Parts: sequence; structure tokens; C-alpha cells
Amino acid sequence: MSGAHHLTTVAAGASEHRPLIITLFGLFVVATLIITVWAGRQTKDAADFYAGGRQFTGFQNGLAISGDYMSAASFLGIAGAIALFGYDGFLYSIGFLVAWLVALLLVAEPLRNSGRYTMGDVLAYRMRQRPVRTAAGTSTIVVSIFYLLAQMAGAGVLVSLLLGITSDGGKVAVVALVGVLMIVYVTIGGMKGTTWVQMIKAVLLIAGALLITLLVLVKFNFNVSDLLGKAAENSGQGVKFLEPGLKYGKDATSKLDFLSLGLALVLGTAGLPHILIRFYTVPTAKAARKSVNWAIGIIGAFYLMTIALGFGAAALLERADILASNKAGNTAAPLLAQAVGGGADSTGGAVLLAVISAVAFATILAVVAGLTLASSSSFAHDLYVNVIRRGKATEQEEVRAARWSTVVIGAIAIGLGALARDLNVAGLVALAFAVAASANLPTILYSLFWKRFNTQGALWSIYGGLVSAVGLVLFSPVVSGKPTSMFKDADFFWFPLENPGIISIPLGFLLGWLGTVLAKEKADPRKFAELEVRSLTGTGAH
Amino acid sequence: MTTEAAPPPGSAGTPLAGPTADEFVSVQQSPEFAELRRSYRSFAFPLTVAFIAWYLLYVLLSNYAGGFMGTKVFGNINVALVLGLAQFATTFLIAWLYARHAAAKLDPRAAAIKARMEASE
Repeated sequence: MSGAHHLTTVAAGASEHRPLIITLFGLFVVATLIITVWAGRQTKDAADFYAGGRQFTGFQNGLAISGDYMSAASFLGIAGAIALFGYDGFLYSIGFLVAWLVALLLVAEPLRNSGRYTMGDVLAYRMRQRPVRTAAGTSTIVVSIFYLLAQMAGAGVLVSLLLGITSDGGKVAVVALVGVLMIVYVTIGGMKGTTWVQMIKAVLLIAGALLITLLVLVKFNFNVSDLLGKAAENSGQGVKFLEPGLKYGKDATSKLDFLSLGLALVLGTAGLPHILIRFYTVPTAKAARKSVNWAIGIIGAFYLMTIALGFGAAALLERADILASNKAGNTAAPLLAQAVGGGADSTGGAVLLAVISAVAFATILAVVAGLTLASSSSFAHDLYVNVIRRGKATEQEEVRAARWSTVVIGAIAIGLGALARDLNVAGLVALAFAVAASANLPTILYSLFWKRFNTQGALWSIYGGLVSAVGLVLFSPVVSGKPTSMFKDADFFWFPLENPGIISIPLGFLLGWLGTVLAKEKADPRKFAELEVRSLTGTGAH
Repeated sequence: MTTEAAPPPGSAGTPLAGPTADEFVSVQQSPEFAELRRSYRSFAFPLTVAFIAWYLLYVLLSNYAGGFMGTKVFGNINVALVLGLAQFATTFLIAWLYARHAAAKLDPRAAAIKARMEASE
């Protein structure tokens, strides 16, 4: 079968079964909207809106964390990267998982014990409130918007491919639909509604991935070695496909780039605001620990399945078809679902394609809801209440501000998402991780564990990490100078790496230390005593 | 109560309610708390250094030891895949070890200090 012929059948299969895809997606939307309205009726005060009333169990929150974390980049992106680059794609899975140990061992429990609603609560705990909250709010919103853009751009790409919508107007309409849904979820349902959407999505994603994994393994009699052998043979790369280096091993620069990416992945997770606020949804630090352990189990199981999804796609699909459908391989997983279901012309293939596509939409919706909630919470709680109103707003005013900022941030995300629909999705997510690792993680760790850390140290590390990470990307090949850049025709790059982490992460830590030791104003040891006792024992935690 | 560091009690800006600053300082300097802190830090910090070093070793091997990583172990399974799966295994193992340590050594100590502080309010 020639590649061209195969591709037309794939495309035909997708658009013929468009009603099925839309029906399944519609079911998900209706079910989640019902839950959102139900959750909204129970959302009365600020703790309900920001933290879902802190009544979720460790297991529920573990599921929701998984749903919040496994984005379109994880599901579609990693499967696609493995399908095209073999082993190098799998390296993402490992970094994304190992990163959870930083959250488990150092961040989740102390954060739960000493904060209320946002990352800024912990960063500003023993510092001057207004400057540090401004910095924490800025960094939260920057990280979340980059992450959000990636998801919105991903939604546009996915829908245009799966529903056959190719016009610019159609893509913008899809981005707007995703944006409006996320505004509805968050403004009405708050954290409670968002959490349920994320839990349902996590179950659907795991079930979908498991089904495809089993169907792939059955084709190889559960012999993984045979699966890998067929993938290597079919890839045209031979054994090289199963070894590191196809994507990142070209030269010294790309190897350094990979090291830089690896650092950002492992250190970024515990600084992602939309992940951090999830720890406030459980009643105790012990429950926060349990939720991270559940998340590690669920996320780990999912990333193990990316081996079957990615190498399965490489083994069972034609490489030319994967590339023709999406140059970055983002549609390899849905195409694989169609193939293992019986092929493009079969009912089984159509049903599985529809199911996996609907799961991918659900994935994007759950993640964008979490991101919007994180940024609007930080805007309302850190910037509006504590900076603009100097801590004098009532709880009703605070929740109202959070709802309105959701609408504003949602509108901004729709606007930017419509403009950014052709941008490199993976690059934006990696940038969000790099900023989180450079600006947020050093400040969180110093705040919790370093007695001398002070306001100037916090400001230098947040702004230093933020500006260096974003600045280096601005002058990297991600933005200009290469055929794959955002601005292909411009050329102002001088920083050779696509990933800034190897410079900006040590810089964030260094500036935090330097700002602290150079400051005239010394840290208050009594405030540190209070933070330390609270963070380790949970005394007085809400 | 005019400094930015200490907003008035009861406002939305107050981080948390509870014991006084003096009580926190005296608890922080107590032997019980020192034991809790030591038990936490002596477990979490070395383990963090260890797993990050192990992860970076793996990244560096992938980058600069392609030949070694490509060595066949059995069938089409090579060293790279085995080491990658080993990263999964160590992650699960560390999560389990920490949960066990926390339940046995940290939770009882933390609960005792918390109960004493909240009772004396």
C-alpha cells in the first residue's frame, strides 16, 4: 500500500466518522458541565473556590493531579516523538516522572502545611508581602500562560486534523470553544468543579491508553522485544531507533540542549503553580503525600504505556503517514488507535479513533481549566487582595475578583491561542518548565529551608530566573533564525540552545543566594521559626 | 501592625491563625522538634541528591555513551531501555520508602508537637 493511498483513507476515515467523534466529545462536555454546576452550588467561600473546600481524599487528588499533569504534550506529544525518533522520545517520559520525587520529598507537605491558596502564600510568608507577592503572581501568570498557549495551540492542531477543519476561521472557532468551556468550568465550578473534570479525564486517559496498549501487545503476543524489533525495522533506522541520539545526538550543541531540557523537566514540575495549588485541596500534609504517591503510580503507569503507544505506532503505521498527518507526530496516537481497531475502513477503527480523539480533547480541557484556575487564583489572592487592596478585601470581594480574573485570563488565552495556533507546542511547554524551575523552585526551596533567605533574595531569584529563562528563549532558535522558528523570516538569535534551563536554573539559585547575602535588611529568625514549625508539623494549618 | 510583613489579624492577607511567635520560637528550639527536623532532613536531602545524580548520570550516558547504551541485553532490549526502566523502578521505590519512613518516623512526632501547640492556645 502506498503512503499516499493510505493517507487518503486515514483522512477519509476521520471525516466520515466526524459525527461519532463529536458525539463522544459532546457527552464528555455535557457530563462535565453537569458536575460543574453541581460543584458550583457547593462553592460558597474562598476556600471552596480556590481549594475545593480542602475535602478531597489523597486518592482523589492523586487522580486529579494526574489529570492536571498529563497534558496533550504528554499524550500526543510523547507518543508522536517516540513514533518518529524512537528512544529519544521516551526520554521525556522519564524526566516528567522522576520530577515528581522533588515534589514528594521537598515541596508537597511543607507547602500544604504553610500556605492557603497560592504559591505566593509560601514565598511571601516571612518576606515583605507586597513586592514578593507581586513577583510570585507575575511568575505564576507567565508560567501558566505559556503552558496555556501550548494547550490552546495543541487543541487547534488536533481538531483541524481529526475533524477535517482546515480553515483559519474554523481553527479560531475551536480555540474559542475550548476557551469558553474552560472559563465556564472555572468561574462556575471553581476548584471543586475543576478537580472533578481532571479526575474524570485521568480515568478516561488511563483507560484509553491501556486499551490501545493491550491491542498493540496482542499483535505481538505480548513480546516487547518483537514489538521493538518491528518498530526499528519499520522506522528505516534499524537498531539506531532503539538507542539514544536520533533527535538529540547530532552534535555537541544538541547534546547540551538535551542536558538542558533534562534539567528543566526534572526541576520544573515542583515549581508549576497549577500543580502546587492542587496540594491545598486535601485536608492534611499526610493526604498531600498520599496524593503525590498516587500520582506517581498513575503517571508512571501511563508513561510506561507510552512505550507501547510510541513504538507501536512506529511498528504498525507507515512513517510517511505519521509525518503527512502532522510533522511533529502529534497524531500518531489517534492513528494508531484507528490501526489497531481494524484500520481506516472498519467500524472498530473508526470507533477507536473517535474514542482516543475525544480523550485527547478531554485532556486539553482538564489541563487548561487547571492552568486558568492557577493564574486567576494568583491574580485575585496575591495581586488583587494582598497588593492592590493591601489585605483589606472581604472574602466575597476576593472570590468575585477571582471569577472576573478567570474571564479576563480566559479571554487573553483565547486571543493569544488564536494567534499562536501555528507555534511549536512542545517548545512552549518546555519553556514553561524552564521558567518554573528557574524562577519558582529556587525561591520555594530557599524559603522553606534557608533561615537567612530574605525579601531581596526572593525578588532576585524570581525575577532573575524569569527574565533569564524567557530572555534566552527570545534569542534562541525557537523564536528566530531557523526554518522551525516562530518567526522564520527574522534572524536575531545568538543563544544556540532551544532550552534555557542549563543557564537560567543555576542563575536563579545563584541570584537567590547573592541577593540574600548582599541585602542590608536581614531575615527575621522568628518568622523562620514560625514557618519551619508550621511546615513540618501542620500546626494551625487550615 | 503597620508593617507590610504583618497584616492585621482576620484580614484575607493573614497567612494562618494559631499560636504566638514566642511559642513557635520555643518549639523550634525544643529537642522534640530538632529530632523531627533531623529525621526529615537526614532522609529527604541525601535521597534527593541521590536520585538527581542518578537521573543526570542517565541523561549523560544517553548523551555521551551511545555505544554502551546500545549494547543488547536480550532480544531487542538494550542497556538504554533497561536503564530507562530502572529510572521508573527507582522512582517507585523511593516514593514507597519515603511513605514508609514518614508514616513511621515523621507523622507521630509531628502529630505530638501539633497537638501540644494547639492544646496550649
